[in-house]
Amino acid sequence: MSLPAQAAATLHRTWSDPPGVRGWFSALDHKTIGRRFVIAAFGFFVAGGLLAATMRLQLAFPEMKLVGPDLYNQVFTLHGTTMMFLFAVPVMLAMAIYLVPLMIGARATAFPRMTAFAFWVYVFGGLSVYIAFFLGSGPDAGWFAYVPLSGPEYSPGKRSDFWAQLITFTEVSGLLVSIDLITTILKHRAPGMTLARMPLFVWAILVTCLMILFAMPAVMMASTMLILDRLVGTHFFNPADGGSALLWQHLFWFFGHPEVYFIFIPGLGFLSMIIATFARRPIFGYPAMVLALIATGFLSFGLWVHHMFAASIPELAKAFFTAASMMIAIPSGVQIFCWIATLWKGRLNFATPLLFVLAFFFILVLGGLTGVILASTALDLQVHDTYFVVAHLHYVLIGGAVFPLFGAFYYWYPKMTGRMMDERMGRWNFWLFFVGFNVAFYPMHHLGLAGMPRRIYTYAAESGWGPLNLLSTVGAVMVATSVLLFIVNAVKSYRHGAPAADNPWGASSLEWATSSPPPPYNFALPPVVSSREPLWVPHHPSRPPHVTGLALDTRESLVTTAIDAVPDSRDTSPDPSHWPFTAAVALSIMFIATIFTPWGLVWGSIPVTIALIGWFWPRREETERHLALEKRP
Amino acid sequence: MNSALPGILAVALVVATACEREQRRFQKPSVPPMPQAERKAAISPGQPGPGMTSVAAAGAYNERNAYEISQGKRLFRWYNCAGCHSNGGGGMGPPLMDGAWRYGSDPEQVFQTIMGGRANGMPAFQGRIPEDQAWQIVAYVRSMSGLVPNDAMAGRADTLSAGEPEMRRDPIPPLPEAGKRTVRVP
Amino acid sequence: MNGLFHALDPAGPQAALIAQLWWLTVAVCALVLVAVLLAFFIALRRAPRADAATPADVKPLQQAEPRTRLVVTAATIASAVLLVGLVAASAATDRALMQLPLQNALNVQVTANQWWWDVRYDDPDPSRIFATANEIYVPVGRPVIVRLRANDVIHSFWVPNLHGKKDLIPGTEGTIHFRADRAGTYHGQCAEYCGLQHAFMAFVVHAVPQEEFDRWAESQRKPAAAPSTAPQKRGHDLFMSGTCMMCHAIQGTPAQARKGPDLTHVASRERIAAGRLANTPENLASWIRDPHRHKPGVNMPAHVLAQGDLEALVAYLGALR
Repeated sequence: MSLPAQAAATLHRTWSDPPGVRGWFSALDHKTIGRRFVIAAFGFFVAGGLLAATMRLQLAFPEMKLVGPDLYNQVFTLHGTTMMFLFAVPVMLAMAIYLVPLMIGARATAFPRMTAFAFWVYVFGGLSVYIAFFLGSGPDAGWFAYVPLSGPEYSPGKRSDFWAQLITFTEVSGLLVSIDLITTILKHRAPGMTLARMPLFVWAILVTCLMILFAMPAVMMASTMLILDRLVGTHFFNPADGGSALLWQHLFWFFGHPEVYFIFIPGLGFLSMIIATFARRPIFGYPAMVLALIATGFLSFGLWVHHMFAASIPELAKAFFTAASMMIAIPSGVQIFCWIATLWKGRLNFATPLLFVLAFFFILVLGGLTGVILASTALDLQVHDTYFVVAHLHYVLIGGAVFPLFGAFYYWYPKMTGRMMDERMGRWNFWLFFVGFNVAFYPMHHLGLAGMPRRIYTYAAESGWGPLNLLSTVGAVMVATSVLLFIVNAVKSYRHGAPAADNPWGASSLEWATSSPPPPYNFALPPVVSSREPLWVPHHPSRPPHVTGLALDTRESLVTTAIDAVPDSRDTSPDPSHWPFTAAVALSIMFIATIFTPWGLVWGSIPVTIALIGWFWPRREETERHLALEKRP
Repeated sequence: MNSALPGILAVALVVATACEREQRRFQKPSVPPMPQAERKAAISPGQPGPGMTSVAAAGAYNERNAYEISQGKRLFRWYNCAGCHSNGGGGMGPPLMDGAWRYGSDPEQVFQTIMGGRANGMPAFQGRIPEDQAWQIVAYVRSMSGLVPNDAMAGRADTLSAGEPEMRRDPIPPLPEAGKRTVRVP
Repeated sequence: MNGLFHALDPAGPQAALIAQLWWLTVAVCALVLVAVLLAFFIALRRAPRADAATPADVKPLQQAEPRTRLVVTAATIASAVLLVGLVAASAATDRALMQLPLQNALNVQVTANQWWWDVRYDDPDPSRIFATANEIYVPVGRPVIVRLRANDVIHSFWVPNLHGKKDLIPGTEGTIHFRADRAGTYHGQCAEYCGLQHAFMAFVVHAVPQEEFDRWAESQRKPAAAPSTAPQKRGHDLFMSGTCMMCHAIQGTPAQARKGPDLTHVASRERIAAGRLANTPENLASWIRDPHRHKPGVNMPAHVLAQGDLEALVAYLGALR
């Protein structure tokens, strides 16, 4: 069912991004923001990958002089910081910003300006640390920046200040996006999409965003305390004056461990969506899958001390964290068994998205099992801070998140661009990535057992670590080639790919019920849902098939109740506005100025206040339109 | 947006000089050691010894570099300068964090003070402290009263609290006459 | 076992307990990996092929799948049982590691600096305390209690042949206990990123019979050998009148600074610069002339010395056995 042409045109005009340069900065469409966010995060992925390539070239042979220790320390710090803070978490949130409203049958997120603001803050933060790096001021104390090494005495200059402030940028961004997504998921679902009918990816994002709310404040506090120690002279981390070096580790890892689950859980969401589509059946065990996601999210807050097993912590406490770290494998195991059951009982379409997802079962499972090894205190004490951990973390993060992410790129590219990606190049991409990844990272298990520590810029020939390092570098070159192939495929397909229909993969979730790419308003008539797999099950005749009656000339959405998605009220979405961008510029200037003088906080807050006033100042014309929609008894 | 403009300009200025502030040079240009005769300079207040200026100009001295200053701070502690000067407040030796520079505050003059010693008990460290380390100590000593760029100054040390970190102190310009005893203590 | 994988070549009970747990855990994990991959590959092979147009099977939305549920539940319970077993094994190993008998233990204090290890052998009689650097001698079969401190940033003490690692955190004193049951030389290194030369902060543990240890300890307690030849005397004079004594100590001479490694018996060590270089006269000369050539960023400065002076210094240090 569709709208008459004039109504559709009005709706189009209401929801489009404004044209022109000023319009580019005022866009609020979640698809626009999501697309930009994904591209920015991918750009940081490539940057982080180039840093990794530098490391692998330096380590390919003993005593290489490609980069000295100072530059190498900056390179590995920036590689970790980029991948964790600027790529892995943001790209998942970015995909969610694009996909979640479509999957739940909404036209927008709950707080579009806040998400636009969060995007700009993220971009400026990432740029600030890279500009610092190119000016020789790149952070060099590790992505985890342990004190006292990152403190004022042992990290002179502004390097670690740029790192700490990057944390502030990315945490503000992440927290705001999470608030928007949680509200959207709980209040903007299509009528009839009860929580029990919500797609598993949306569940994954809900769990992730709730975790973000609880975990990110810990690292923001830690980075603020570090800035205060460095710039103001406080003693939070100064053992000589009552502070504690271990406090940093607790605060950082209380965030840091859940953070890897921010990356992993959305990947699990991708897996569920893609496997269901390419096995031509719903995922087996939906309730178990949802409970497993929630359990994983919850348990992940009880693991953080496993990063600190080598520190002076009471043995009984460490044993608790060993138990928790092993137990978290159970919900992940439940998910894996349910997926294998789905594949077992399904009918399989081996397209490129499925290939990337299938790689998960080899790579993540291996990484998860080395995680079980690392969970044991005694075993961890032998392989902690060696290349064994580097192998483990890349197996779980790349296997558990990046491979599903590439699968997601191939899967949703038709929806986002209206073109199919090249299948043949996709297979080359996949196999090069899969083989190259294993060649690059499997030898690192052995290097760790052979005693090679992390974060070393070179090693002596007598160590015997040369041959495996060379092999690893060869694998890294293969991985880099495969990413290049992906970029070529994505760029080429944008213009020359086969045109995509609404639902090229025959999938079941709501984003496939509209055109590829979707119109600015997502759905001409927002759907009413009566099944967990709306596009596979004929609509129930006793219910209306669509939502009717929403305004055409104003951005209006339907708000439903949190659990049962019963229509509750109508909400208006803000018109396009440049204030999120302007406020982000003001905030960024304040954050950067604070690195150089505490007065930056004081004077910088003035433009921020002005921008926020401009942001929230009501506009007469917009208010009149919204008031006209109110129904009085 | 008016109050943002000086902020932006300041940031731009500081960013432009970032390269210099953050470089770590471990292998200094090799400066030939001073000939024996020039080591005993005239011990007159405020006079650098002959040959000092050329050494400084040879690039051995850099007070815009945070790493050099932090190394100077470490060496100040290692070589027990605090034994006489405390952490700048003085004791047996005169304060170093004030505006009174008995023998001059120019880098060459401070270098001469450290290397050649001075009357009334400042030992001569020529031959005991390598010259590039001495230049680092010079930069640190000058930073104690704020005579170096603020963004290169050291933060607090990981020791018992010894007063405000250098970067938080207000700068104290050197008093015009060398040898003046009345000083303003921060 | 291959000499490369030190952690799996235990020379004492601590590392042996860990290696035992390692093999058990790896066996269980390998079993699980094979089982999961087998199920996975069988699922891929037996499933009929489909394409995007194949109608989806929506029966599971209405009908339960009891057999599948049984299999998944059984697999979950089996995984949980295995994991609980591994937790128990890990806890048992932790407990056993804490129960190393410590009677007649040797007491050593290790203080980590950027980027070298200060080792002090404690003794109830203060006159028998001595210090060395970057190497630890222990008697075979005798437990060793190492107290761990850090002077600057966090480091980590790790000798894989003997035990797992323990962090040295400024402001705290940690402890590690181990015992070497097999004579040998065991490689150790810093295992926590500590700055520019984390890559080259190694040390060595020599496990030797008790008599040899006693002989070594006695020789270490003696003050430095007096210079005998002319070059050595010149070297001694240069050391005492130049920059060296500002940081290094040589017991029995006026040099008593503790900022750099103790050099009283430096010639008795196999390696210098925290394991970076073999202890040969050429290496020693090169190190003194420009340490940054070998370890850029170290706290030791370069020295501009006339060739004859450098040779004299090296001759003197070479006599400090």
